[in-house]
Amino acid sequence: MTLSSLLLGGSYVGMTSFFTVAFLMVFLPACILLYTLMPGRAKKYVLLGASYGFYWLISGKLVVCLFLSTLSVHYFGLWLDRIHRQRDEAVRAAEKPERKAIKHAYLLRSRYVLLFAALLHIGTLLTLKYGSFFIRNVNFLLEHMGLSLHLAIPKYLLPIGISFFTMQAVSYLFDVYRETIKPDENLFRLGLFMSFFPQIVEGPICRYSQTAEQLWNVKGITFSNLTLGLQRILFGMMKKLVVADRLNPLVETVFTGYQHYQGGIIALSAVCYTVQLYMDFSGSMDAVMGTAQIFGITMPENFARPFFSKTISEFWKRWHITLGAWFKDYIFYPVTMSKPMKNLTSAARKKIGNHFGPLLAGSVALFCVWFCNGLWHGAAWSYIFYGMYHFTLILAGNVIAPCVQWTNKKLHINPEWFGYRLFQILRSCILVVIGELFFRAEGLRNGLAMFRRMVTDFRFSSLNQELLDGLGVDTQDFIIVGITLLIVLLISILNEKGIQVRAALQKRHVVVRWAVLYGLILYIVIFGAYGPGYIPVDPIYANF
Amino acid sequence: MDKLIEILEDIQPDIDYSTCEDLIDGHRLDSLSILSLIAELEDEFDITIPAVEIIPANFNSAKAMWSMIGRLQEED
Repeated sequence: MTLSSLLLGGSYVGMTSFFTVAFLMVFLPACILLYTLMPGRAKKYVLLGASYGFYWLISGKLVVCLFLSTLSVHYFGLWLDRIHRQRDEAVRAAEKPERKAIKHAYLLRSRYVLLFAALLHIGTLLTLKYGSFFIRNVNFLLEHMGLSLHLAIPKYLLPIGISFFTMQAVSYLFDVYRETIKPDENLFRLGLFMSFFPQIVEGPICRYSQTAEQLWNVKGITFSNLTLGLQRILFGMMKKLVVADRLNPLVETVFTGYQHYQGGIIALSAVCYTVQLYMDFSGSMDAVMGTAQIFGITMPENFARPFFSKTISEFWKRWHITLGAWFKDYIFYPVTMSKPMKNLTSAARKKIGNHFGPLLAGSVALFCVWFCNGLWHGAAWSYIFYGMYHFTLILAGNVIAPCVQWTNKKLHINPEWFGYRLFQILRSCILVVIGELFFRAEGLRNGLAMFRRMVTDFRFSSLNQELLDGLGVDTQDFIIVGITLLIVLLISILNEKGIQVRAALQKRHVVVRWAVLYGLILYIVIFGAYGPGYIPVDPIYANF
Repeated sequence: MDKLIEILEDIQPDIDYSTCEDLIDGHRLDSLSILSLIAELEDEFDITIPAVEIIPANFNSAKAMWSMIGRLQEED
């Protein structure tokens, strides 16, 4: 067995996961040991070395892509800064009436540099990730036009996590261009920001201002950070091994052979997939946050109890938060704040009022955001459909908002009433589950067929034990998943009320703390879905 | 300042702009109102509001907006 295959671990060969013996028992302890042994100033270089080592283990020679990406943003960041400094000097030397024109000229220069740099990074991502999808669609069109031309479909090696580190790279360039951050002259510091190993595969998508300084000023590992970090990793492990992996046989069976099942089973599998996706992704994020916390790093959270959302718009402020924030800051605002959109807002407001006027320009930007969001998840029409589905829901929510307010007022419904909020939460959950059905389906055509079957052939009677047994799950599985979800729900409710469970636990007696830690380990060992009969689900977001 | 209050009242009436200090933090102005407001302010006061200035502190009160407008006019 090679070092690489050992570190990628058992069933996860060829795929990355934090919940492998190799990562948790070999790679991470080795990092912690080396980090602890090294003197203070060398610790950051241990993290940088570990990050590149980790990426090399999962990507091999494609580590060069990460390095080139870092080198490129380092260069363009400094170039943008040089333009800003030249502008300041020119403005200082000029008379007041000339200043506006000078600023504008330099703004255009920096905009061209930003555009070129962003196109270079996004173009690379588009070529590697979407090249074959694009050519396949061009060939389809050519065929339908009756042309005999057939373009060769390119095959590229896709570096793991390219969507994540490209977005970090572009955000860094935008922030330097907007002068919200100073460019980093230190290539190593920028390199660590771009490559920090816990986040390179599945995010979160960090901003330079959030993590770069923290990573560069790391100190020794404290006992408190070590235990808090391990607790969070174990919590994530419970979500992944006890829930996500346990539901995998059912999800796999139904989504790959939906033709054999009635609407009730398809609805159940859509709910199970939504739960699986949340437990898998948020569990991985727990591992990322926990690993970072061991080294004293606080990363931006990616989830904030999304299934407590009252609207789809709110759901996307609580689900994959760093992705939504990226689209808001680097697509939504630039589009809405562009000159044509501002003009459209002003003109439309005068014609169709204060609500629908700005909504028109906002909707154009929203369309761009959701088209990109859908496409970001993968090169397939089903993902674009997924983006458009959420765009439509959010747009509809915005359009009918005044009507809903008016109706509530007329019917004397208090929007803060518990029953009304529960209705809103359930409605959001159902809409999210439908979206995830299309997201997981094997292509858009299958997704539509599954949805049709779910609506037209829904029978509760199909949810009988005999059928469920054939799906690789039994009553025991459902009980274990149910209990674990109750634990997650309880912790989520406490978090929603502002109670930080791990911080509260830290204040308890040492016996209680260790009892909880060992209890969690025992729970995972006993109820985790591993061994014969279970195929662990690959980290879903690592593919994006 | 009167012109600013007039623009604000046109976009979102029923708020006392002379005293209110939590227009954003108190969710009195929503994102659609902000879109309209930025377009109107840029037109009326011949300024460009860069992304870095679009923060709650600059839009929480008419006074804060007026101060931002003055600063941007001065910089231009």
